[in-house]
Amino acid sequence: MKKVFKQGVLIGLTMMLTAALAACGGEKADTVATAKGEAPAAGSGKPSLELLNVSYDPTRELYDQYNKAFAAHWEKEQGQKITFKQSHGGSGKQSRSVIDGLEADVVTLALGYDIDAIRQAGLIQEGWESKFEHNSAPYTSTIVFLVRKGNPKGIQDWPDLIKDGVEVITPNPQTSGGARWNYLAAWGYALKANNNDEAKAQEFVKELFTHVPVLDSGARGATTTFVERGIGDVLLAWENEAYLSINELGPDKFEIVNPSISILAEPPVAVVDKNVDKRGTREVAEAYLKYLYSEEGQTIAAENYYRPTLGSVADKYKDKFPAIELFTIKDVFGTWEETQTKHFNDGGIFNQIYVPGS
Amino acid sequence: MTVVSVRKQGRNQRRVLPGFGIGMGLTVLYMSLIVLVPLSALLLNQTGLTWEKFWSVATDPRVLASYRVSLTTASLAALADTILGLLLAWVLVRYDFPGKKIWDALIDLPFALPTAVAGVALTAIYSYNGWIGSLLEPLGIKAAFSPLGITLALMFIGIPFVVRTVQPVLEDAERDTEEAAATLGAGRWRTFCTIILPGLLPPLLTGFALAFARGIGEYGSVVFISGNMPMKTEIAPLLIMTKLEQFDYAGATAVALILLLISFALLLGINLLQHWSRKTAR
Repeated sequence: MKKVFKQGVLIGLTMMLTAALAACGGEKADTVATAKGEAPAAGSGKPSLELLNVSYDPTRELYDQYNKAFAAHWEKEQGQKITFKQSHGGSGKQSRSVIDGLEADVVTLALGYDIDAIRQAGLIQEGWESKFEHNSAPYTSTIVFLVRKGNPKGIQDWPDLIKDGVEVITPNPQTSGGARWNYLAAWGYALKANNNDEAKAQEFVKELFTHVPVLDSGARGATTTFVERGIGDVLLAWENEAYLSINELGPDKFEIVNPSISILAEPPVAVVDKNVDKRGTREVAEAYLKYLYSEEGQTIAAENYYRPTLGSVADKYKDKFPAIELFTIKDVFGTWEETQTKHFNDGGIFNQIYVPGS
Repeated sequence: MTVVSVRKQGRNQRRVLPGFGIGMGLTVLYMSLIVLVPLSALLLNQTGLTWEKFWSVATDPRVLASYRVSLTTASLAALADTILGLLLAWVLVRYDFPGKKIWDALIDLPFALPTAVAGVALTAIYSYNGWIGSLLEPLGIKAAFSPLGITLALMFIGIPFVVRTVQPVLEDAERDTEEAAATLGAGRWRTFCTIILPGLLPPLLTGFALAFARGIGEYGSVVFISGNMPMKTEIAPLLIMTKLEQFDYAGATAVALILLLISFALLLGINLLQHWSRKTAR
C-alpha cells in the first residue's frame, strides 16, 4: 500500500515537473531547433561576438561559405572573432519567428514583404530598403523553367506553358514566398504581351494555374514533386535553385530553359535594429551585410548561382547568367504591400482563380 | 483516457491513491499548463479579431471547403482505422505466430516517424507513377493528390490509436464467457455481437475519437499527398498556414477557433456516446 502511494506521488511530481518544463520551454524550443551553429571559435584575446543570420531555405550553401569568408575578413581587419548561427526555413515563417522573438541580428529573406512585416512589428527602422545599395538586395535572381532532358514538350517561353497537355509545377504563392515571384513573373509577361491589359493577364495566369496538378506549400516540396515524383513537364524555379537541382541530380536528367522575359527577383537583407542595439552587435552586423557587396562577397554569391550586382563580378560570370529581359516589382506592380493586397490576400486575384464568384 | 477495468470494483472500497485534494490539484494544474493556457493565449493574443472579421472568415467559401475536406477525410480515416484496428488487435491478442513481437512493435511506428517523412513516403507510393498509384491509375482511381490520398495518410497516422486502446481490453477479456456462449449454442457471429463487441465498444470509440482528433489537426504528412488544391484538397490546417504566411494572425486564429469548436463538439459527442455504451455494456 505504501509503495503504491509513493509511486503515485512520484508520478504526480514528475507530471508537474514535465508541465512546468513544457510551459517554460515552449517559447524557446522553436528558435533553438532551427539554429545551426558554426564551429565555435577557440578562445582569443578580444571578446568574440556571435551573429544570428535568419535566412530562407536555398541560401544554406551560400551563407556557409560567406560566413567563413567574412569571419576571416573581420578577424584580419578588427582582430575580433565572429561566430555565426544560421537559421533557414520558409521566408514567411522565418519572418514570423523574428517577430515572435527570435533574436536575429540580420535577416536575409526571399522578398521585401517579409522584411517589411518585421518593420511593421517595430523591430526594423523605416527606410531599410535604401540602407544598402540596390534596394538592399546584394544579389538577385530570376525565374526560369526547369524541364526534363531533351525538352520533350518543346517548352521555350511562357505561352508554351498553357498548351494542351503541359503540366506546370509551382508552389502555392500564398504559402510560399518564393512562389510569389513565379506568379508575378507570369503576370508581368502576360501584361507585356497584351499591352498592359489586366483582364488578359488575369486570364493567362488563371489558365496557367489550371495546368498545375499539384500545388505544393513550399519551393522544396514543388522541387520534390517535379524531380522525385516525376510529375509535370516544367518546374517554375528560381534560377539559383534550378542550377542547384541540376548540380545535385546530374545534368543528364534536366535542363534549364530561359524565357524571353522574366522578373528580377531581389531577395533583400536588413539589420534588425532593435536586436543589434540590444546585443551591441550593430557595427559588425552592418559590416556583415555590407561585405556582401564586396568583390569577395559577390563572387561567393555568383558561385552559388545568384546574379551578382557588382559590375566587375557580373562581367566575370556573364556566361553563367544568360541575358534575359528582366522587369522589377517596382516597374510593374508598385510596392510589395500593394502587390500583396491585390494578388495574394483574401479576396485577391489568386483567390478568384480557384473560388468561383469571389 | 479510459482503461476499462473488467474486474468489478465496489464503489465503497478504499481508494488506492489517497488524497483527493492533491489529485484534483495536480489535474487542474496539469490541464491548465498544458491545455488551457496555450489555448487562451491563442485568443488573448488576438487584437485584430473582430466579430465581422470572424464572420467573414467563417463563411468564406474556401474556408468552408477546407472544413469539409478536413472533417470528411478525418472521419473516414478514423472509421477505417477502427475496423482495421480491431482486426489487428484481435490478431495480435488471440493468435500466436512467428515474429509476433516485431509486428506488435511495428504498430507504433507511425507514432515515432516524423509525419513529413510519412507524407513523402506515402506520396511516393500512391502518386500516379508510384508502386501502388500506377496500378490504381488504369482503374481510374487517383490516389495521391485527391481526398483519397489524404484519407490514406490519416489512416496511417491514426491506426496505432485504435490498436493500442483496444488491445489491453481484449487481453483482459475473459474467454470463459465466449466458451459459455458457444456451449449454449451461440454461433460465432452471435458470440461476437453479443459477448465481445459490447465490451470492446468503449475502447473502439476512444480509438476512433483519438484517430479522428489527430486527423483533423494533422498537417505534416497531408500537405505532401493532398496536392493542396483550393476548394478540392486543401485542408483547414493548411489554410491556417496560408493566413499566417500573409501575416493575417487574426484570420488564422478564426480558422483555428472554428476548427477547435467543431472538434470539441464532436469529441464531446463521442465521449457521451462512450459513456452511454459503457453503461449499457454492464
